[in-house]
Amino acid sequence: MTPLLQITDLHATAGDKEILKGITLTVNAGEVHAIMGPNGSGKSTLAQVLAGHPGYEVTGGAVLYQGRDLLEMEPEERAQAGVFLAFQYPVEIPGVSNAYFLRAAYNEIRKAHGQDEVDPLEFLDLVADKLKLVNLDEAMLNRSVNTGFSGGEKKRNEILQMAVLEPTLAVLDETDSGLDIDALRIVADGVNTLRKPTNATIVVTHYQRLLNYIVPDFVHVLAGGRIVKTGGKALALELEAAGYDPILETAGT
Amino acid sequence: MATTTAEPTWVGTVRARGAAAFAATGFPTTRNEDWKYTPVTAIAEGGFAPAAQPPAHGVTAEALAPYLFGGEKPTVVFVNGRFDAALSNLATLPAGVSVRPLAEALREMPQALEPRLGAIAAEQPFTARNASLMQDGVVIHVAADVVVGRAIQVLFVADAGARGLELPVRNLVAAERHAKVTVVESFVGLTDAAYFTNAVTEVDVAAGATVTHLKVQREGSGAYHVAHVEAKQARDSHLVSFSFAVGGRLARTNVYTVLGGEGCGATLNGLYIGDGEQHLDHQTRIEHVAPNCYSREVYRGILDGAAHGVFNGKVYVHPEAQKTDGKQENHTLLLSERATIDTKPQLEIFADDVKCTHGATVGRLDQSSLFYMKSRGVGAELAKQLLLYAFAADVLETIEAEAVREGLEAQVLQRYTGGQ
Ligand SMILES: Nc1ncnc2c1ncn2[C@@H]1O[C@H](COP(=O)(O)OP(=O)(O)OP(=O)(O)O)[C@@H](O)[C@H]1O
Ligand SMILES: [Mg+2]
Repeated sequence: MTPLLQITDLHATAGDKEILKGITLTVNAGEVHAIMGPNGSGKSTLAQVLAGHPGYEVTGGAVLYQGRDLLEMEPEERAQAGVFLAFQYPVEIPGVSNAYFLRAAYNEIRKAHGQDEVDPLEFLDLVADKLKLVNLDEAMLNRSVNTGFSGGEKKRNEILQMAVLEPTLAVLDETDSGLDIDALRIVADGVNTLRKPTNATIVVTHYQRLLNYIVPDFVHVLAGGRIVKTGGKALALELEAAGYDPILETAGT
Repeated sequence: MATTTAEPTWVGTVRARGAAAFAATGFPTTRNEDWKYTPVTAIAEGGFAPAAQPPAHGVTAEALAPYLFGGEKPTVVFVNGRFDAALSNLATLPAGVSVRPLAEALREMPQALEPRLGAIAAEQPFTARNASLMQDGVVIHVAADVVVGRAIQVLFVADAGARGLELPVRNLVAAERHAKVTVVESFVGLTDAAYFTNAVTEVDVAAGATVTHLKVQREGSGAYHVAHVEAKQARDSHLVSFSFAVGGRLARTNVYTVLGGEGCGATLNGLYIGDGEQHLDHQTRIEHVAPNCYSREVYRGILDGAAHGVFNGKVYVHPEAQKTDGKQENHTLLLSERATIDTKPQLEIFADDVKCTHGATVGRLDQSSLFYMKSRGVGAELAKQLLLYAFAADVLETIEAEAVREGLEAQVLQRYTGGQ
């Protein structure tokens, strides 16, 4: 079976700086992968490159998504094909209401699949259920996208978008950071509810804590733009106890 | 209509004064600081002149429907500079409100006009020329304590019959003590022919009164448009002005107000959207003469193609105007390399205990917002349109009159999204 995502020796730069220095990673449908690593190791860069951020240049390697060349696709085509990135720092868009934005995104994805657009009322029905999932109030639909949201609200809003758009491959970049334990549970429950055998999730995190709720099949340690170690969920516990230093030493980085 | 022969003699004096002032200056050049960024040679050399007789026209009520707000009948319609009784609807005015074409007002209520007409607007080349040539326009008078619920819609329409004409429009809005009224002054071009609108609107806001003046400029693509709106405010009065400018080849709008008594407030907002070779210019002047007044000003613009925008916001605070609270903002988005904006805040403050701020930004569409939207599946074009609409709506939503606000929002949305 074709893997859902296959990254081979991926190199990427921002400006003159090489950030990703040869990443290889395979994700199959039904799997949850955790990516951990010290600050500045390139975790968000990897996530943004997968989403197609124009600020990063891929200088080598390949990324296949469902067998297609992901790097050739526009960011919106990737989203329409089922790739979703929950941003570490969600963007505020003053003046564009959450409801309008979400519906526009939902309809664009439907259109890309040859389906009819839904009208605002139908859409509200659909969103009402998803709001419950992330414990957000309906009033937030009328607010501008992320504008003036608290850190926790922004993270939950990312998961709301994910719940509405139902991606095949979700990349969650530090969705847990800055959340208290209750909010963390809400986010994790949301993610778990959306899991399907046909989907996969990549969870980027600093903390083992989240992995108690979203249990990974694989844990990867990213350091200096490379994956230096891969293990099962026990690796996360090891990192939590001993930090990154022992691993980085044996990896020789 | 034998307008000129029936005129009171004092009107002749106003005309003569205007004619003399214009003869002394002629059309302004870019050496004139107020016209530094806006050359008017095309007007000066265009040979535009007022028509001696009302030109024939083919404008129908159906043709005007898209330019009305809230599906309501227009209150007053002028076509090619002349009042058109058949297209107007003056039957349903509330008591205490008088809305008349200029000639009729001069005949019926000269005592209301004499102290005001030509006495409020500053004497400048275009206002002086207008005074000498003024032909027709609307006179709105609201008696003391009368609150007019429905906006009074005034339409100045030009069709192919306006080709080569100068349309010297003269309006007066007077709100007596504690009166409240909203006037929508729309300019609509149903032709791409060249014509020249030279409009002056004087606004007299008595003590405790509130006048909302919404100017909607949708002239034809070949039109030249120079408009001067000037208010005189007595104590505790409010002026709310909005200038929406999307039409014309070259359009300049002045919005001036003098806060002449304590406790006044003025809100001057606007939105200009230009493309192609359009030149859209706004000059505002807020004069704080008395203490304890506030002014608020937000102008936004979106310029594409080789459009040229100008915003010059003047605020004068006299030495007596202590505790003045003034805020001014101008934000412009440039969508192409060739679009330009000249923005010039100009604060002259002669009182020491005041709070006055201003800020101007010129930017391009925010790339991180665009990427965020695309990452959710929204195509590049729609993402751009949503951002533009949001930018414009930020100032449009300050318009209180619901029908006008929604009408203009819909127009902008339509422009940027093809009508979603
Ligand atoms: N657009 C950019 N231009 C220049 N340098 C960048 C850019 N984006 C990231 N970097 C640099 O690349 C390195 C990796 O950044 P990245 O954000 O991917 O790290 P991270 O692993 O997500 O860190 P954190 O744990 O703090 O979120 C850092 O040194 C960062 O400063
Ligand atoms: Mg990061």
